[in-house]
Formats: sequence, structure tokens, C-alpha cells
Amino acid sequence: MLRNFMRKYDVTDIVMWLIGLGLLLVVLWGSYKTLFVIQKYESSVWLDFFIFGLAQGSVYALIALGYTLVYGILFMINFAHGEVFTGGVFTAYFVAIAMERSGFIERHWVLALLILMAIAMTVSVAIAVLLERIAYRPLRGAPRLVPLITAIGASFFLQYTYRGIYGSGVKTYPDFPALDGKLNLLGREWPILTTQALVIVVAALMMVFLYWYVQKTKAGKAMRAVAEDKEAAALMGIDVDQVIVNTFALGGAMAGVAGILYALLFKQVNAFMGFIPGIKAFTAAVLGGIGNVPGAMLGGLFLGIVESLGPSLILDGLGIPAPYQLKDAIAFTLLVLVLIFRPTGILGERLSEKKA
Amino acid sequence: MTLLKLDNIHTYYGNIHALKGISIEVDEGEIVTLIGANGAGKSTTLKTISGLLYPRRGKVYLGDKDLTKFRAHEIVKMGVVHVPEGRRVFSRLTVMENLEMGAFTRKDKDGIKKDLQRVFELFPRLEERQTQVAGTLSGGEQQMLAIGRALMSRPHILLLDEPSMGLAPVLVDLIFDTITELNKQGMTILLVEQNALLALKVARRGYVLETGRIVLSGPAQELAENPQVREAYLGGA
Repeated sequence: MLRNFMRKYDVTDIVMWLIGLGLLLVVLWGSYKTLFVIQKYESSVWLDFFIFGLAQGSVYALIALGYTLVYGILFMINFAHGEVFTGGVFTAYFVAIAMERSGFIERHWVLALLILMAIAMTVSVAIAVLLERIAYRPLRGAPRLVPLITAIGASFFLQYTYRGIYGSGVKTYPDFPALDGKLNLLGREWPILTTQALVIVVAALMMVFLYWYVQKTKAGKAMRAVAEDKEAAALMGIDVDQVIVNTFALGGAMAGVAGILYALLFKQVNAFMGFIPGIKAFTAAVLGGIGNVPGAMLGGLFLGIVESLGPSLILDGLGIPAPYQLKDAIAFTLLVLVLIFRPTGILGERLSEKKA
Repeated sequence: MTLLKLDNIHTYYGNIHALKGISIEVDEGEIVTLIGANGAGKSTTLKTISGLLYPRRGKVYLGDKDLTKFRAHEIVKMGVVHVPEGRRVFSRLTVMENLEMGAFTRKDKDGIKKDLQRVFELFPRLEERQTQVAGTLSGGEQQMLAIGRALMSRPHILLLDEPSMGLAPVLVDLIFDTITELNKQGMTILLVEQNALLALKVARRGYVLETGRIVLSGPAQELAENPQVREAYLGGA
């Protein structure tokens, strides 16, 4: 009987399932201890964790869209996308400082925010489009490893360019006094910080816009057509190169907005700030199923929430002294687990076999 | 009047010399067919016309315009549309979206609507399935969609690559009836087919390709009666 069993399942499969089962037990045991034994946190704290997770997840989701859109069309991971994100928010920083000094932020904060977003979007779009034109298009026919390495090179190039131009220090983003404290709306106070509420709403609007664009507009349909079959799309009269540029631009615009939202949440910028959110967003895109637009949104939110809730929920109960420092470990463990048990991501189709 | 003219075309895949001096003429309102075995260069010829491949030597003329100077998406705008081998419908887009993509180069909304009606009259099946994702259609329906999609750009000349491939005989008849019908309405068609017998039946003239060269050409009737052609492509019957 054992022999039959062994014949049916590979040893690696069994080991994988045991690891999975082990981790699941750790997660359940930790959560149980945290919630029912040590009871360190009240429910309002859990709600705060959740909302913060949602807010940072929205930022991840916006960046993840850039990865997923480009992958959907070119089947390459644009590892310089994190730097597309940095470029916009870092450039807007100098305008933000000027606006703070002149008191403009205090007087017209909505307008100030819109201006900052417009600047960040413009710069990020420009960087993304130039990246495609200079670094990726000449390599269009090359083996898949080549543009990947180029992307990593471009990422370093941009990081050190920002450092050279804008300086190497960490810069503090100006405060928006109007956004301080909890959200006051409809005559009562809500259990959510105004900044977080704003981040979630803006990100949601951007995602709705993007989904509408891809699904309903002619340009969006052309994008999906090119993603599926470039030659057939060209035979319809679609300028494939133009659609690829549009795709990079769209991803850049999302990254630009994400940059400003990130600055609202975390209040600081530096030349290397795009690296970690970039990798996280890439993780989010893979979690959701890379190449899939709703998947990237879902993956981003999911990752943000897991990162925010996970450390306290799972690790506090196990007696780990500084659980929050392990949030990245949890995020990437999640990535590995998804890759093992569901390589196509949460919403992913079986792209890999067809496109490989 | 000559609508499309290929003048001594040489096309390469890397170092492989696929077309070795092809010259073809298609007059306005004609059906012309290219027949030949697998690998003779039939599809390569169509791809060279539609701009998916660039010839290393030779010219393709549409009227007096040299098509080799243009890219594939620009050639569509000039009225040459290529229905590729294997249909290549966008399987994750709906039937309606596929047809919209066919009209990508056009801005005249009323004209597009009219042409959509025309495609639906030609293929009522597509109207029934317009909200369905194209990947779920049968092979025959996908071929209808591929042709309908091409018609949406309102072309002057239609390049059809193996429209009968993989279809049941009933559907083959339907597709070929449609081809004849389109031609009667004035459409110029360049037809590539493995099924030489059928192709020569609907065409006015034909060219026989063999390893990148034209070895025979003439009125379809004559080709169909030519003993060489009969032996090589018509099963010797």
C-alpha cells in the first residue's frame, strides 16, 4: 500500500505538503495564542492594523499594475519599475518643499496634492517611456534573459542618477496639516486616519479608471489584442510599438500616483526608496497572477494586509520579541508558498506553458 | 486594371532563402489563388505583402504605391488585409471586440455600424455569439470571425491564408460560398490553399509555387486540367 502511495506522489510533493502543513500549523497556533492566550491587543488595534494594511496595499497594487501590464504584453519583468516610482515622487518633493515654504499647502491642500500628483505622473511616465525606448526596444528580439538583466542594470543606473542629482540623504516630505488626525466626515469621527482614507480612495479611483480603460476603451482593447497576438494585432492596423509605449506610460502614471500616496503615508523619500516597494509590488503581481490586471490589484491589497496584520497576529503569540521587523520575511514566505502551491497566482491563468 | 503586383520578390528567414523571385499580378475584382505543397512559400508570400516580413529584394505595388516601404499596420490602412493561417482570432476578447479590432483604423462610426451589419448578414452565427469570448467558438466560427474581422477594415483586397484548414466539409463549403459571394460584391481576393481543387474552382487565375519559385501560372480552368498539376496537387485523379 505504501508502495502504491509512493508511486502516485513524488517525494518532493510530500515534502512540500509537509512544509505547507507545518507553516499552516505555525500560523494557526500563533494566531490562537495571540488572540486567546496573551490578548495583548484590543479589537480597535486590529482594525488600525487592517486599515494601515489596506492603505499600503493600495500603494503596492498601483505599482504592481505597472509590472503586470508590461508583463502581459512583453513577457518581461521590468525590474526598473521601482525606480519609475521613485523618479516621480522624488522630483515632486522639491515642488512640495517650495509649496510648503510659500504656505500654499496650508491654503490650498487639494490643489497642492493634485499638482504634486500631476508632476509625479509626468516624470514617472517620461522615465518609463524613455526606459522602453532606450533600454528595452532594441532588445525586443533577444532571449528573455537579456532584457531582464538590462532591467536590473537600468534600475541601478536610475538609483544612482537620482542620488547624484537629488542627493543621497533621506528627505522628509512636507506635512499636509489638513490631513492630520482621524477622519471627520458627516459630523462624526471615523476610526481611520484621514491620510489613510485619502490614500485608499485615490488608489481605488485610479484602479477603477485603469480597469475601465483596459476593458472598455479602444486603446485598452488594442492593448489586450497586442498582449495576445502581436502579429495578428498588426494585421488589424494596430501600431504594436505605439501600444507598447502606451502600456509603459500607463504603468508609469500608476507608479507616479503611487509615489505621492507613499509619501503621504511614510513621509520620506530617498534615491533608493523604490527598491523595496518595487519588489513587494512585483510579489503582489505574482501573488495575484502576473499579467492579470484584477490579480495585481487583489495581490497588492492582500500583501499589504498580510504584512500589516501578520507579524502581530502570528508571531506575537509565539513570543517573538520584535515581530514587526519580520514583516518582510512573512511577505516573501507568502510569495514562496504561492509559487510552490499555486504558481499561476490567485487569479492567474496557465500563462506560463503557452508563452514559455 | 492591376491592383496588386509583386515584382521579383526575394524573402529570407534569417539565412534561409524562402522566396526566390516571385512575381504575381492580381487584377481588380479577381480571385487569384496560390497553390503548392507545404513549405512552397505560399504563406511567406502573403506575409511579405502584408508587411509582416520584408523582402530583401523586389517590390510589392498596390496601384502605384510601393508597399515594401510601409509597416504592417500602415498597409492595413491602405486597404490590404491579411487573414492569417490558423485564424488567429483574439481568443480572450469577445466576438464583438474582435470585430471592433478589425475596424481599428477607422473613425467613421456610421460606416462601421453598417459594415458590422453586413458581417452579421454574411455570418448570422457571429451575431448570435457576439458577447461570447472568441476562444470558446468552434473552428468554423473562428474562421468566420477571422474573415468578418478582416472585412471590418473595409479592404480593397483580401489575402486569405488556408481558410479551409481544419474545417469539416460542410463548413469548407460555407466558407468558399462566402468567398465567392464577397467576390461578386466586388472584393479582390488572393487565396492561398492546400486544397488546390477547391481553390481552382473558385479562382479565375492561379499560380503554382514550388520551393519559393513560381513553376506554373495561368487561368484556373487550365491549371485544373494540367496533368502535372493534377498529379502533384489534385491527388492524380
